[in-house]
Amino acid sequence: MCPSLVIPFLALSASAAHAFHLSAFTFHFSPLPALAAFDFSVFLRPSPESALNNLSYLLVGLGLSLLLALASWVVAFVVGSVVGVMRTLPGRILPFIGACYVEFFRNVPLLVQLFIWFFVVPDVTPVLGDWFKQQVPPIWQEFIAGTACLGLFTAARIAEQVRAGIGSLGAGQIGAGLALGLKRRQVYLLVLLPVAYRILIPTLTSEFLNLIKNTAVASTIGYLELAQRSASMAETTARVYEAFTAATLLYAALNLLVMFLARALERFTALPGFLGGRK
Amino acid sequence: MAFDWSSIPGSLPILWQGMIVSLQITLVGVLVGILLGILLALLRLSPNRLLSWLSAAYVTVFRSIPLVMVLFWFHLILIPLVVGLLFPGKRLELRLIAALTAFSLFEASYYAEIIRAGILSVTKGQFNAGLALGMNRRQVMRLVVLPQALRRMVPLLLTQAIILFQDSTLVYVINLDDFFRKAYNVGNTVGTLNELILFAGAVYLVICTLASGCVRQLQRKLTVLPVK
Repeated sequence: MCPSLVIPFLALSASAAHAFHLSAFTFHFSPLPALAAFDFSVFLRPSPESALNNLSYLLVGLGLSLLLALASWVVAFVVGSVVGVMRTLPGRILPFIGACYVEFFRNVPLLVQLFIWFFVVPDVTPVLGDWFKQQVPPIWQEFIAGTACLGLFTAARIAEQVRAGIGSLGAGQIGAGLALGLKRRQVYLLVLLPVAYRILIPTLTSEFLNLIKNTAVASTIGYLELAQRSASMAETTARVYEAFTAATLLYAALNLLVMFLARALERFTALPGFLGGRK
Repeated sequence: MAFDWSSIPGSLPILWQGMIVSLQITLVGVLVGILLGILLALLRLSPNRLLSWLSAAYVTVFRSIPLVMVLFWFHLILIPLVVGLLFPGKRLELRLIAALTAFSLFEASYYAEIIRAGILSVTKGQFNAGLALGMNRRQVMRLVVLPQALRRMVPLLLTQAIILFQDSTLVYVINLDDFFRKAYNVGNTVGTLNELILFAGAVYLVICTLASGCVRQLQRKLTVLPVK
């Protein structure tokens, strides 16, 4: 016997099941939804798309969301740091290139960028593109395009913060470093960046949270992450409420977990002398 | 690989129809979002614990869910439910209504945070000075705090509007024909998908770059030098 909980005012009837079309994103609802039960047993029922059950189907989606977010974060962190540093360098050309990068990636919608990476780039790249389209399995195509897109998109935002972080340290730090005989590269690697990253942990955390939320956009190219899986579970089981509630709660839980970890990291790396630092 | 741009001039009228939908979503989202955002921010700062908590909860909930998920909720559950209760038996086109509601309520949580930060950036001394002059809390808010806060907020509010305009492309997931969706559909039918995607990207790039340039100009104008 599967346990089920009845919340009459919150839920829709299973009879709404017939109102669904079986294609992704094109549901039609009966205009007068009947009130019925919130049935949690649906999560323990076997899913047509995974070996175990609907709950594991969603949890794998959560994992795929997180995986995409982490891979993109690596790209975003590296590229964002480089571009951010470029914008603080002396001279004109490098800061200008950095500014162009940021403007470009901030002023094109994420969805359009994703479609450019997924559809356009493989078509215009001569050899590699053909290999990508013909040899790479679809899930990896989606993952790679998603990582490139989300990574470079988030990089533009991280670059702005790295620039602001370095800027907030003041010219004195650079001058002191140079006066001690460090090369500019050393000043950045040994003096500026280690402090800037620590100051930036709260804002970088909120960027990472944004990144996790943005992974849901990858559903549009068929990457089976959490949002897409909740929609397709809603479709196969006709349990829209349960599927969306579960996905929403999983996103919220992941959010809380990341915030908790970030706060621990912040406390661990806090510097004395800064606001919020160790006394 | 060669591009074939010839299908674009003929499809401009169709794309314009989509652009109207995009602009509609942006405009409604910004207006309703700001109004609700002000309300939420004031509730958050009110001395009443319950109201403050409710507002905080609203903002936290909306900010922890992806917009795609929010659109799913409104398109498949909330709007059909509400419309079904209000107009039983009628078949209405719900996608636009769902998108407008979702964006308004979702953006309200982002606007609330901007507005709250703006209000908090006005120093406590200003507030107390107003009270000392014999104004009540509401008057101090309306005549002293909000005018200063708005000045600081306006660039951020406009930047958020640009982000909203870009995010409106996500109505793709509920099959609503906005500018990008129209471009995608045209590209798919004619067989020049790449060209249409790039064209749409270029249009967004131009509009958003110009708009953020204007915001920067405005910001320069609005900045008041601190009185020494």
